[in-house]
This record gives sequence, C-alpha cells and structure tokens, in this order.
Amino acid sequence: MINYLLFAAKRFLQLVAVVFSGVSVAFFVSHLSPIDPVEAAIRRSTRNSNVNPEAVEKMRETLTALYGVDVPMWQQFTNFWSKVVVGDFGPSLLSFPTPTMDLVLRALPWTVGLLLVTVLGTWCIGNFLGAFAGYFQNNKYLKAFGIVTMSIQPIPYYIVAFLTLILLAFIWPILPLGGGYAIGLVQEWSWVFVLSVMKHAILPILSLILVGLGLWFLGMRALVSNIISEDYVVFAELAGVSKPKIVISYVMRNALVPQLTALAMAIGGIFSGTIITEQVFSYPGLGSLLVRAVNSGDYTLVLAVSSVAVAAVAVAIFIVDLLHPLLDPRIKVE
Amino acid sequence: MSDVLTVNKLKAYYIMNYFGTKREVRAVDNVSLTIRKNEIYGIAGESSSGKTSLIKVFAAAMRPPFEIVDGDIKFDFGDVKIDPYAEDKSKVDALRWSHFSYIMQGSMSVLNPVRKIGKTFEDFALKPMGVSKAEFIPLVIEHLKKLKLSPDILNSYPHELSGGMCQRVTIALATVCRPKFIIADEPTTALDVVVQKEVLSMIRGIQQEMGSSVVFVTHDMSVHANITDRIGIFYAGRLVEEGPTKLMFEQPKHPYTYHLVSSIPRIGDTQRRTSLEGKPPSLATPPNGCRFHPRCPIATDKCSQENPELVDVGEGRRVACFHSDKVKPLLEAAQ
Amino acid sequence: MFKVFSDLMRYNIEFAIGFFLFLFVFIFGALSFFSPVDPTQIYMLVPDIKPNAQYWFGTNSRGQDLFWQMTFAVRNSLLFGFTVAMMSRVLSLVIGLVSGYAGGWADRILMFVNDIFVSIPVFPILVLFFFVLRDDLTTLNLAILVALLGWAFDARLIRSMMLSLKHREFTQHAIFSGMPMHKIVLKEHLPYIMPIVFSTALANMIWSIGIEVTLAVLGFANISIPTFGTMLYWANNHSAMIAGIWWWILIPVVFIAMTFLGLYLLSVSLNEYIDPRQRLRRMGGGS
Ligand SMILES: Nc1ncnc2c1ncn2[C@@H]1O[C@H](COP(=O)(O)OP(=O)(O)OP(=O)(O)O)[C@@H](O)[C@H]1O
Ligand SMILES: [Mg+2]
Repeated sequence: MINYLLFAAKRFLQLVAVVFSGVSVAFFVSHLSPIDPVEAAIRRSTRNSNVNPEAVEKMRETLTALYGVDVPMWQQFTNFWSKVVVGDFGPSLLSFPTPTMDLVLRALPWTVGLLLVTVLGTWCIGNFLGAFAGYFQNNKYLKAFGIVTMSIQPIPYYIVAFLTLILLAFIWPILPLGGGYAIGLVQEWSWVFVLSVMKHAILPILSLILVGLGLWFLGMRALVSNIISEDYVVFAELAGVSKPKIVISYVMRNALVPQLTALAMAIGGIFSGTIITEQVFSYPGLGSLLVRAVNSGDYTLVLAVSSVAVAAVAVAIFIVDLLHPLLDPRIKVE
Repeated sequence: MSDVLTVNKLKAYYIMNYFGTKREVRAVDNVSLTIRKNEIYGIAGESSSGKTSLIKVFAAAMRPPFEIVDGDIKFDFGDVKIDPYAEDKSKVDALRWSHFSYIMQGSMSVLNPVRKIGKTFEDFALKPMGVSKAEFIPLVIEHLKKLKLSPDILNSYPHELSGGMCQRVTIALATVCRPKFIIADEPTTALDVVVQKEVLSMIRGIQQEMGSSVVFVTHDMSVHANITDRIGIFYAGRLVEEGPTKLMFEQPKHPYTYHLVSSIPRIGDTQRRTSLEGKPPSLATPPNGCRFHPRCPIATDKCSQENPELVDVGEGRRVACFHSDKVKPLLEAAQ
Repeated sequence: MFKVFSDLMRYNIEFAIGFFLFLFVFIFGALSFFSPVDPTQIYMLVPDIKPNAQYWFGTNSRGQDLFWQMTFAVRNSLLFGFTVAMMSRVLSLVIGLVSGYAGGWADRILMFVNDIFVSIPVFPILVLFFFVLRDDLTTLNLAILVALLGWAFDARLIRSMMLSLKHREFTQHAIFSGMPMHKIVLKEHLPYIMPIVFSTALANMIWSIGIEVTLAVLGFANISIPTFGTMLYWANNHSAMIAGIWWWILIPVVFIAMTFLGLYLLSVSLNEYIDPRQRLRRMGGGS
C-alpha cells in the first residue's frame, strides 16, 4: 500500500511537470503572436461607433493593465502562472469581459462527456470483440467485422464525422444536424432537456466510436493471436482448463496490460479527434470553442483552451497510469 | 496388460508452407515403444533430436503445423482405454490432469504471470480432483509440503518465485491430482545441481508413492542414471536404442549411446573425452541409411545405404545398428 | 529486396490491395506534372459543371477543373506526409538509438522528454501555432512542426529494440573482438532496426496527412495551395453539400479514403512481415 502511494506520488510529480511544461510552451507560443491583444480589443469595441479618442486612450490603459503586457516577458510569465494556478486566464476578447475560464468551464463538460463515453465504450467493446476474434480466428463474422473496422480505422476523424453527418442528418435526416441540444431549450435537469442532449450526442458519439473501435479491436486481436501461443496458455489448455476461463483469465487478462499502456498513449490523439468531431457537429465543447477563438483572434481564450486541453489529457493519462499496477503485478511500484 | 502407453510405428512431422515453399521436418520418424505401469522411462538425445516433439504426441499437445502422418498410439489407464487421436477431443480433455499430466519444457514461462499461484492450482486441479473448495486447499498445501514448498506461495505471483521454486510449482501442479501417467520435459534442466538432486528424489518419491508411470525427458545422461528405470535413446527423430538403464550404461550397443554414456565424467577417470564430430543432421533433409552414419566412427558402406531396423537383442533391449554385437571393440579400434 | 516484394504480392492479399491502391493514388498525383492549368487560378471555367466526358470530375464553384485540382491535392498531401515522415524518422532514430545505447542519465532525460511529447495533445498545440504564425505557417513550416511533434512513439519503440539488441550475444562478441561502438550500431544493429523505421514511416505518413486534412478543413493552414484538406475547406466554404455540388465533396473523400487505406494496408502487412511471430502463425496456417 505504502509502495503504491509512493508510486502515485511519483506519477503525480510527472503529471505536474507535463502540465507545467505544456502550459508554459503554450504561453510562450501565444506571446510570440503579432496580435496585440489590447489593440485587438479596442478595434473590436470601436468597430461600429465613433468613440472619442480620450475614451479610447483610457480604455487602452485599462486593458494594458488588465492583460499585464506592459512588463517584461519573464514577469508576464510569472504573473501568468500566479493567476493560472487559481484558474484565472484573464478576460475573453470574444465575449469581453467574461473570464475565459468561465467559457472553458462551460464547454468542458460537453467534451469530457463525449470523451468519457467514447473512450470507455470503444475500449471495452473493441477489446472484448478483439479478444474473441483473436482466439477464434476462423469465425466468419468476426473476420468480416475485422475487415470493416480495418477499412474505417485509418480514415481521419473529420472525414468519418462528415460522412455520418451527411448520411444520417442530411440524406436520411433522422438525427439533428448539430448542436448540444435543441435550440430554445433551457439548460436544466428536465426530461425534455436530457433527451435532447442524448439525441444530439448520438451522431458525434457514433462517428467517434466508428473510428476509435478499430484501434482497440485490431490491437487486441493481434495481441491475443500472439498470446495464445504463449507457454502459460498452452499449458492451461493441456491441463484441460475450461475455454471461457482461458479466454478471460489467461488470454484477455494478459493482453489488457499492453492495451492499458496503449490507452495512455492514445488519449492525446483521441482528444484531438474529439475536438474535431465537435467542430463538425457544432457541439458546444472545447473544440468548437477553440475554433471560434482562433477565428475571432481571441488570444487569451486560445491560450486557455490549449492549456486546459494539455492538462485534461495529462490528467487522463495519469488516471490510466494509476490503474496500471493494479492490472499488472509485475510492475514495481516503489 | 501392464503397459500404460503403446506407440506403434509413429510418424509425426512439422509440415510447413510459407510463401510457396514447402518444408517438412520429420521430428518423429517411425517410433514404436511402450511405457509400463509404475516405471520411469527416460528419453535421451541431443538438442532438436525430436524429444519434445515425441512427447507432444503423447500429451495430445499437437498444434499445426505438427501432424501425425502415420502410426498409432493407445493409452490404457486401467479404467479407461483411449486412442487420443481417434476419439473426440472433449473425451481426451476430460482425462487431462486426472489421468495424465504434462510438465512443459521451460517452467519459467508456463505460469500465468498475472495470476496468483493459488488461483492457478484452482483452475488446473479443482475439477479433476472432484472435491469441494474447502477440502481442496488443505490437500494442495499437504502436497506442496512434499515438494518442500511453503503454503505462502499460493498467494504469490510467478515472478516473485525463483526458477527452482517455479519448477517445483509446475511439478506440484502436474502431480497434485495423482495422475497415472506423467510426462515431464526437462523438468530439472534450469536448476543447479543441489536443487536438481532434491527435485529428482522428490519426483522419484511421488512416483513410487502413487505408482504412476513417468516419461522423463532430458539430454543429461547423469540425470537418467539417477532416476530412470529404462531409457530410450533418440537420434534425429528415431529411436536408436532402448533398454534397462543399468544395462545401457554398462554395455551400450549403439555407437551413439556409447558416446553419450562415455561422455559422463566419472571420478578417477583419466581417459580423454572424445567429442562427437560433425553437426546433428537436419530433420528436413536427413541423410540416407542410418542417420548417424556421417558422424559414426565405425560406419561402413552398408550404413550409408540401408536403414538399420530397431531389433530385439534380448535382456529387454532393442537397438538399431548393424554392428551392435561388436560396438565396443570396433570403437576402441577406431580410436 | 525484390524477392520480399514479390513474395508479399503473391501471398499477402492485404499487401497487394494496399500496394495497388497506393500505386493508383501515386500515379494520379504524378499526373499533376502534366497539368495544363495552374491550380491556384480561380474562375477559369464555368463553375459547378457536373462530371462529364470533358471534365471527368466536373468543376467546382470556384471555376476550377476538379480533375487537375485533385492531382495537385494528391501530390501535395503525399509530399507533405513524406516530408514529415522522413524528418520525424531521423529524430526518432537518433533519439531512440542514443537513448537505448547511452542508458543512464541521458536515457532518463530523453525518455522524460519523450513522455511529455507522448502526452501532449498535438492538435491544440498546432492550432496555437497557426494562431500565432498565420500566414507564416507555410506548408513546409507545418511539416517541420508536425515532425517535431510526431517522433516520440517510435523513438520509444526503437529504444526498446536497441536495448534488446544491446544484450544479444553477437553484440558482446563484437565488443570483445574490439569493434568500436558506432561501428557495431551501424553495421550490426541498423539492419534490424531499419525495417521498423520503414514500417513506422508509413504509419507516420497516415498520421501526418490526417493532421493536415484536419487543420486545413478548418482553414488553419495555407488554404491557397490544393491539398486533401484545403479542397474540402473550399467545398465547405461554398456550402457545396447544401448547394448540391456533391461531387466537390465526394471526389476528395474517395481519394482520401483510398490513400489512407492503401498506406494502412501496406504498413500493417509490412509489420506482419517484420514480426517473426506473426509470420510463423501464417506459416502454421499452411496458407
Ligand atoms: N513449432 C515448430 N515448427 C516447426 N518446426 C519445429 C517446431 N517445433 C520444433 N520443430 C523442429 O523439430 C525438431 C525437433 O524439435 P524438438 O523440440 O522436438 O527437439 P528436442 O529434442 O526437444 O530439443 P531440445 O533438447 O532442445 O528441447 C527441430 O528440428 C525443430 O526445429
Ligand atoms: Mg525439447
């Protein structure tokens, strides 16, 4: 137990390091931007009206102080971090003066929900089917399923999302075109709202599952077809251990260890896929927010979304890593 | 009948076909032998002579590309008689562990790395033993004691045990159901000499207590001298000599056996050890005639053309050599 | 080399399909060198003509011949993928080899950096770069960036390969016979590692072309040159689907699917060829 806690603590330090370096990189990259956030904000608010120059000057001062761009870079960096640790990325340009963090927090649950459902779904279904496909290599249906996933799997998320959209919302319009819920509904815990959310989630989830399933299915199938010739599986078979027990406790159980490692490695890519899919379905998550922020030149928002994305992925990997020693007794947890 | 296993003219090959090229490895070629009740039968021979292949046939452990090409094989366990390759697979599976068990070569990798040893015992032995779980654990613990294993190991994972312990766990797994027929492939090869001695005497002890038959494979002749009742010598997929252990060591009748026996170091022996020249033959393209003739110091023209049959030479011995009656003088003359 | 190829063609159906798909796409892309039109010119033709005998793929709403447009898109996307794959292979090979060989602190530091790269989500970072660089984010710059973000997985693979080679007997023999280390790596080990580099290069091409498609579709790339992604970008931009110009979307989608499937099948079958365990299984099946 104490060993496990030490292991967790070590992994936590690594998590902090990853988040720190990722967010810092995002900070420096965004501060190389030729866009001056202050001027951009002024341009936005004076676009449609004639404001007198004094008021503009006043506004410039306030904004400069607000964004903290009047001090040297290293000081901006420390200021940035001292605010970020309490979750403050500054006000958004896009919807000034709402704090960026509010926008991010509003979008985050949508993305996390989508990600959770699809990652868990694809991982479980893919591994389960893959294990059987690897063990019963001559099964017709599993073979056919393998060929289908094999041809969908390499296609980029965007294309698959786009095709499901065209098929199921356009040519055969049984599902909504996009959005997180029907327009005009209020966000509340009512049946109407929850049903609407579920209905709107079907297409994004479906397209994410279509692409994601193949990775686990094919990975598991390959692993299993190697594991079934391992000595411990052969030995168990020669001892007359029952088939289901061999598939589950001997074959699948051993294949889960590398599949968990693969999950940790794939989360970053899956996350990227999710935010693209969101964009296709105008789903109100981080992805759509990020695209909107880029298109409107909202630099604090871009920085905030990227930082939160880096942190979210790192946390997800951290959680998967914590599960690892529970699944594999050979990992030394000291 | 006192024979547990009867093998008649068995041929089993690895038949491979990859990217258009066909390859046939004749790992078991025309082997006939019987294993008696209550004996330890040793199988000796150099690496890749087909020892493991032969006992894979015994244990009904054949996988493609390994196939029986010809011959037959019969078990007689007293209560059941069975030809494992003619009967339904499920019938054979029902006899596994309760009637016969198999210790695979390489004990370090035969235990599921993510399963506790106790669980593995349950998977393997609970059903064949036909007892309740409450009765089962004490029985297992008692059996482990015979092999000098502490009950704690039931709670460990394989990687937490030493090689010798894994070896003994595997032996315990294969013997805990008290089967009538035990097949052991190099069960002591990975062990150091002291542990090896211990494990050997344990196997002997368990075998005598249960009255089972054991087929014991090892390339180490001194182990054979210690434990087996009879030995079969394998060369390039063929049985070249067979007989009671004592006689085989005292007066070998096949030049290859002679070589194997004389290569065991003995205290006070000053004679120089001659090592066998040449390479073991390829089983895919074996030489004509006697397969040993390219390396045999006393080979004649006949040896390279005709294949010597395995013939009975009395005293319960069989040998496949044209010069079996005068191997010793011929070999001494050749040196 | 040729023997391997002809064996694979004959006995591995995935390889054959992948090869022909890729060959088709490749030749199609090569046609761009004979194009009579400049792909960046717009409103050269009557817009929105359906595919017909004269314009096989029709024209789009910007008055471009989609056939020639497509040839350029294929060429540019393949070139992009190839550039990224080459650059990131160099990175992962060097880092993997050094890490596997040096061991100790160098290894630990490199693998720590590696862990960070593996766990950073690539897409938001690239969007951030686009946001900052805008027009300076040329296709070449993008390729460099993607390569910088795409070496980590395979460096780890090469490292573990290296570690196991290092402990093989023949390495020890070479060391005892006085062969210098760099020579052992280049002469004895590289032949084992190169096949992996090659098959991961294909996987990396799939990945990087996918990233380009995604970024460009959203308009986060240099949209003036035709690629798989920018073609879709312009189609979306003109609401091709709603306007009923379906061929403007269908054609690039079909080409993207062919390219990805082709590369994927090639990489999978090569992987299988390299991994002896999988080869053995095929052998056992007697196929
Ligand atoms: N699965 C297989 N596929 C193809 N050939 C095989 C296979 N297993 C064994 N062989 C071949 O069969 C021959 C006999 O091998 P076998 O394992 O029976 O030898 P062995 O006498 O047990 O050797 P060792 O003492 O090294 O265990 C060898 O030439 C080997 O190459
Ligand atoms: Mg063997």
